[in-house]
Amino acid sequence: MIFERRLLRAEPSFGLTNKLWQISWLYVLLICALAGVGYVALYSAGGGPSLYATPDLLRFCFALLMMLCIAMIDIRFLARFSWPLYGLSMALLAAVLRFGHVGKGAERWLVIGGLQMQPSELMKIGLVLALASWFHKASWERMGNPLFLIPPVLAVLAPVALILKEPNLGTAAIVGMIGGAVFFAAGVRWWKIALVLAPIPLVAQFVYSHLHDYQRARIDTFLHPESDPLGAGYNIMQSKIALGSGGMWGQGFMHGSQAQLDFLPEKQTDFIFTVLAEQFGLVGSLAVIALLLLLVLGAMVIALRCRNQYGRLVAFGIATNFFLYVFVNLAMVMGAIPVGGVPLPLVSHGGSAMLMVMLGFGILMSVHVHRDVEFGEVREET
Amino acid sequence: MKRETKRSGVFTRRALLFAGAQVAALGALSAKLYQVQIVDGTKYATLAKSNRISSRLIAPTRGRILDRFGTVVAGNKQHWRALLIAEETNSIDMTLDTFNRVVPLQDHERARIEHEVRRQRRFIPVLVRDFLTWEEMAAIEVNAPDLPGIIVDVGTTRLYPFGPNLAHVVGYVGPPNEHDVEQDQMLALPGMRVGRAGMEKHDDLSLRGKAGVVQLEVNAYGRVIREIDRQEGTPGQELGLTIDSTLQQQVIGHLADQSASAVVLDCTNGEVMAMATNPSFDPTLFDTGVSQAQWIEWTRDRLTPLINKAVAGVYPPGSTFKPAVAMAALESGALSLTDRINCPGYLDIGNTRFHCWKLGGHGLLDLHGGLKNSCDVFFYETARRAGIDPINLMAHRFGLGVPLPIELPDARVGLIPSKEWRERQGHPWEVGDTVVSGIGQGYVEVTPLQLATYVARVATGKLVQPHLTRALGGVLQPSQDPASWPSMGLPDKFLQAVRGGMWAVVNEPGGTAPLARLKLPGVTLAGKTGSAQVRRVSREAREHGHFNSADLPWEFRPHALFICFAPYEAPRYAVSVVVEHGNAGADVAGPIARDIMTDTLLRDPARRQEAPGQAVADAGNPS
Repeated sequence: MIFERRLLRAEPSFGLTNKLWQISWLYVLLICALAGVGYVALYSAGGGPSLYATPDLLRFCFALLMMLCIAMIDIRFLARFSWPLYGLSMALLAAVLRFGHVGKGAERWLVIGGLQMQPSELMKIGLVLALASWFHKASWERMGNPLFLIPPVLAVLAPVALILKEPNLGTAAIVGMIGGAVFFAAGVRWWKIALVLAPIPLVAQFVYSHLHDYQRARIDTFLHPESDPLGAGYNIMQSKIALGSGGMWGQGFMHGSQAQLDFLPEKQTDFIFTVLAEQFGLVGSLAVIALLLLLVLGAMVIALRCRNQYGRLVAFGIATNFFLYVFVNLAMVMGAIPVGGVPLPLVSHGGSAMLMVMLGFGILMSVHVHRDVEFGEVREET
Repeated sequence: MKRETKRSGVFTRRALLFAGAQVAALGALSAKLYQVQIVDGTKYATLAKSNRISSRLIAPTRGRILDRFGTVVAGNKQHWRALLIAEETNSIDMTLDTFNRVVPLQDHERARIEHEVRRQRRFIPVLVRDFLTWEEMAAIEVNAPDLPGIIVDVGTTRLYPFGPNLAHVVGYVGPPNEHDVEQDQMLALPGMRVGRAGMEKHDDLSLRGKAGVVQLEVNAYGRVIREIDRQEGTPGQELGLTIDSTLQQQVIGHLADQSASAVVLDCTNGEVMAMATNPSFDPTLFDTGVSQAQWIEWTRDRLTPLINKAVAGVYPPGSTFKPAVAMAALESGALSLTDRINCPGYLDIGNTRFHCWKLGGHGLLDLHGGLKNSCDVFFYETARRAGIDPINLMAHRFGLGVPLPIELPDARVGLIPSKEWRERQGHPWEVGDTVVSGIGQGYVEVTPLQLATYVARVATGKLVQPHLTRALGGVLQPSQDPASWPSMGLPDKFLQAVRGGMWAVVNEPGGTAPLARLKLPGVTLAGKTGSAQVRRVSREAREHGHFNSADLPWEFRPHALFICFAPYEAPRYAVSVVVEHGNAGADVAGPIARDIMTDTLLRDPARRQEAPGQAVADAGNPS
């Protein structure tokens, strides 16, 4: 089998038909299934298809097409744009600090050509590509050199610092985690990672003690939402009520009292999962979680099957990014971690988030299609 | 190639480790989901139920106020009003423009509507115009297709069938203010009213009733989806007054156009049969809105139409105070029933000369003669002998200058001076102060209701307490039984002597108030006149005989007072009349009191013979 693939790799470029054939259509099917779940949830949240469900379906169709196009692009070609994309993301992050619109909470938006976008979302992909490209070129020996690790660490810290300044603690943490995950997968030694992670609790302690009272109160409310049912704890409480009233089998499609009666805040965006959980119960929620897990693991499999380091790290990074979306959103909805404006990918209502997720999947597909291509492996230094 | 294998090997190991961690993390979330959805599911499902169903209050009907015979003196009237529901129209401006063509709106009304529309949620109705006439209502209904968002609704207003005649007793209601709403959320409901004066204020909580509850299915914005359950509220309790509304109107009639007040009390049980104050005002105006011009007119009027003079007007009692002074002197032993005092027309205390109203004086008088002639010198001397403090205590026992348990919130206390009171003001008490107090002048100030109570206590010798509440919510109030009032503990012979003096005032030749004599066969009235100066009369004016108080400007004329009870032989009713700046009590107040007493005695005599419990039961069940 390996020999057959080598044949492919020998060819300078293989045809479009071949490439289409190489796409993991099973994975595309899983993506479409998740979008289908989103359609059902948004149909219910909007009290019909017209409010959220249909617009999002149309957007998904467009995004799917975009994903397939990206999948056709040679990974080696894409790799060349890793650092430029990173640079663009940094520029946008800087721009959003200066010109951005402050939305709910501390999320910052840029409006470009009538399109709302969050540069931090683009940065997640830009960072993955940049780090993958850096580590792709690294020999095993160079990986052991601490000095070699300093530029990528800075490449992680720079956007983290900018996002913290927005200030968006949650997203900054997620970007940091994605960067850390890529470091980990690239083979950086455990103790070096531990050395960087160790001071974090101390830093957090320091930051907490220097917060304003109202900021601390916000964190305290996150930890004990029941103490303030009409204030900041309202969202989490209502979300838990919706989940709990779902029970084992749920109240049935379009019968969720919480969602139908608008008790759920932002039900079409961040809290879309509660709409599903209320109507389809534990069984339905677990099915959705299983689907999400399949998408994460599928991306991991693509990473493992890839034959070049760049593709492996990119696929791994995208898988991690997707996983963090899912995990943070679900944990937030269940009241396990503070609420932090993270949508459930492909299910939540919203165009720009969907576009970013599908951009990631497009690159993932490109990795998969080009998993066996000859990609300037680094020669050992003499 | 070996290095490449090592690198991919490390990646594979670590990626698998990562995948395992991700599976574990989502597994943990699934466990948490199980916890929330199944283990704690019941708890959250219950919470979901309370979330969906919102309890709203329904405004209760305000309790009616009835007179002693069940005649409505404060009721409820329904009226039409136009409301605007902002979300049902595309353009509030257009709707209001059209409305303005149908029913003209003033600029300030429109500004208020627009302000409220901006402040309220769009599905909450905003009042456009209250108290629509039938024509306006019909015009709006006809134009309904061009008035999206406008609905015509039924509201209630307070109705006072006796209008100004009972305004001071019944009081009035007004819309609640923010402070009221803080106290009771129910008042936020449209159409709720708060008692602002009189019995409406005193019994506000009982009259208000309890709000009903309607269970509504609502969404998180408070928008009603549908009604699930409805429990009507408890309407306010019906309040039965002791007032006889017919008698009240007759009393008002006798006061004519003077600035005056009169109180009719049932001596035996303290029921206020009539409490009239002139001039009055229209109490319904406070519910519908008092115009600024009207308000200025009321507050600037020197006849003070807004003040209930019967309980909030304080006047020097003048000579009507003399029976109390006599009783104080008799009880303290300063005066005996056989003592005689000479009246040469004046009394000198130090270097001040106190005059009697009669130039030349009355000569030798005993108590009977002193009261009958209302001799000032007799009572200067009696007061001087008794001292101010026994007078103060006796006046308080008669209900003068002390708070009475009357239900009206604006009732004033008045003042009976004492040495201690004067010293608290930083002045020593002078004998001259005692002397002028002896004729109810100086610092002495009382209300007409106190005067009526005082007469009732003189007439019965019992500590009768005046009250206006007969039945509340159909339940008779206690203390309706004449036997329930404790005795004042005054010797009967003293009481008889004072009553006899008062009888002589009206019925003996030479008494000061022959005009107050009743023209009814077999019934006589005992009373006492009073002409209370509001300004000291100069000696020259008095000595030169130029003094005639009728020549004075109105506000400097003395108040005319008269107190009386009847029938003399078996006292049943007490009446007090105060005519502000009416000059002589005998000529002005006496005849009014006589007419009032005549009407009172003629009022349904059969009913008077009934046992009190019987009559009360009738009033308690007006239906």
